Amino acid sequence: MPEGRGPVLQGQARTAYLFLAPGLALFFLFVLIPVIAAFYLSFCRYDIIHPPTWIGIKNYARIWTDISKQGIFYLSLRNTAQYAIGTIPVGMALALALAMLLNAGLRGISIYRTSYYLPVVTSLVAVSMVWMWLYDPSYGLLNYGLEVLSRGLSLVLGREVVIPPQAWLGDPGQAMPAIIVMSIWRGLGYNMVIYLAGLQSIPDHLYEAAIIDGAGPWQRFRSVTWPLLKPTTAFILVVSVIGASQVFAQVYVMTNGGPNNATTVIVHQIFQNAFSFMKMGYASAMAFVLFALIFVLSLINLRLLRGGEVEYA
Amino acid sequence: MRPGLAKQSLLHLLLAVGGLTMILPFLWMLSTSLKPESEIFRFPPVLVPNTWDWANYVEAMKAAAFGRYFINTIIYAVAVTATNLLFCSMAAYAFARLRFRGRNPLFILVLGTMMIPPQVTMVPVFIMLKRWPLVGGNDLLGVGGHGLLNSYTGLVLPMAVGAFGIFLLRQFFMTLPSELEDAARIDGCSEAGIYWRIILPLSKPALATVGIFTFTAAWNQFIWPLLIMSKDSMKTLQVGLQVFQTQYTTTWDLLMAATVVLTVPVLVIFMFGQRYFTRGIALSGMKG
Repeated sequence: MPEGRGPVLQGQARTAYLFLAPGLALFFLFVLIPVIAAFYLSFCRYDIIHPPTWIGIKNYARIWTDISKQGIFYLSLRNTAQYAIGTIPVGMALALALAMLLNAGLRGISIYRTSYYLPVVTSLVAVSMVWMWLYDPSYGLLNYGLEVLSRGLSLVLGREVVIPPQAWLGDPGQAMPAIIVMSIWRGLGYNMVIYLAGLQSIPDHLYEAAIIDGAGPWQRFRSVTWPLLKPTTAFILVVSVIGASQVFAQVYVMTNGGPNNATTVIVHQIFQNAFSFMKMGYASAMAFVLFALIFVLSLINLRLLRGGEVEYA
Repeated sequence: MRPGLAKQSLLHLLLAVGGLTMILPFLWMLSTSLKPESEIFRFPPVLVPNTWDWANYVEAMKAAAFGRYFINTIIYAVAVTATNLLFCSMAAYAFARLRFRGRNPLFILVLGTMMIPPQVTMVPVFIMLKRWPLVGGNDLLGVGGHGLLNSYTGLVLPMAVGAFGIFLLRQFFMTLPSELEDAARIDGCSEAGIYWRIILPLSKPALATVGIFTFTAAWNQFIWPLLIMSKDSMKTLQVGLQVFQTQYTTTWDLLMAATVVLTVPVLVIFMFGQRYFTRGIALSGMKG
């Protein structure tokens, strides 16, 4: 269709602007302007009650000092990284494995899909509460499981084996791993469904050709499945990194950053500084540091997993 | 290519064990919600309680204004879903089918907003709502009152349009044959008419997907309502759950009962809309 200036095209343009107007207005008002405003605020001191005062790069300098002296923001960076490294590789691998299991052409796939997707659909607050209860040191199911395990091992090994009940969320060393396990459990279904869609788009005849060529299951995975899943993997990785950097609700509900700041994450710091300490300027600066981090990481991810458009036909 | 019987049984076993692990926390939640107080703090814990204390549910709902919270959450979720469906589909239609200057850069800009962590905009939006002039006790300069905080408008408006809906619907609209629109145009149908009478009816699966995703997300949202609503009568369900958690103790049986009640609507919607979900995820075109 030639790009002329006929009446049809002008009519289209007019309708286009009309159709875009409400959406764009809201976007402009509640996304674009706040981002610009947040950027401005990150150079100010602001506690809502008094008007913002310009302080230049002092907030960013404070962040820099904090990082070099290993202060709280540094801790939140470290904890967020720990969370990301704990949840992303394991989560993605498990999701892929599950998707491949489900792709094997079994009956009853929708029942399994529902049960694996259930944790994703339920509210994060609700599952955080349930897992808090599971992790309860005195009455939680997990410590009970440990007791059953010790009794079982004692029987099998013929001598007394005692696995003491753990503090889980109350122990600075165990709190973050505990949150990580819960988060993997929660996010599994989502990534699994995406992988499933990706797997089902790989044409069967490629596998058949590989089998004819004498390729075993591992070979088939390496030369057919994995390369053709690259775009899916890229998508999941980028989305997962963005999500992990922004983790908040579980931490807020389960440990509120403790014990001893062992689980405080970047967004938790932003939230605390903005709404508990009323340091909006500082919080905005932290938010932009987070944004810069996510942006760089996303670029790296996309570059790493480029070249997934393999044509085997 | 259905695998042999032995392999099938093995796969079923693995999937079933995994599936049970997925469900176990929910079973635990259900079991705790039905336990009388005496049985909760029992060690070793029991999965199936001796007596089923249905009174927990009644007590839980009375512990805070959950009826009120329920209404607030419904209003929020329905409003956000409706505005998203309407405005996102309109914008998506413009991006997918109409030609105008700046179409591609604008779309990329919209997509880019998906990458901005909401925490970046959280603080300014909060301030913007608080200083909204001429509402909530504010004067012309937006000083003096609480503006749009603690109001439905303030809660819904910033969430009324999302890049996700625009993206998904645009991808879907692009798959519809353009011959239909050309024919309609030749017949003298306006662009708006094409949108309303042709595109929308054909897009039911995509619209259902966006609707379900948006509703679920809004229903489950925590941090946003937490921020905007400080008045108890305006809180949503997720925020209201916190009433069971004090600084010193947590009333687990009531908390679990409330959590079960909270989860049921989402579960129902999910079970009915399940096929749209997974189709919708595949629709958004992850292949590059």
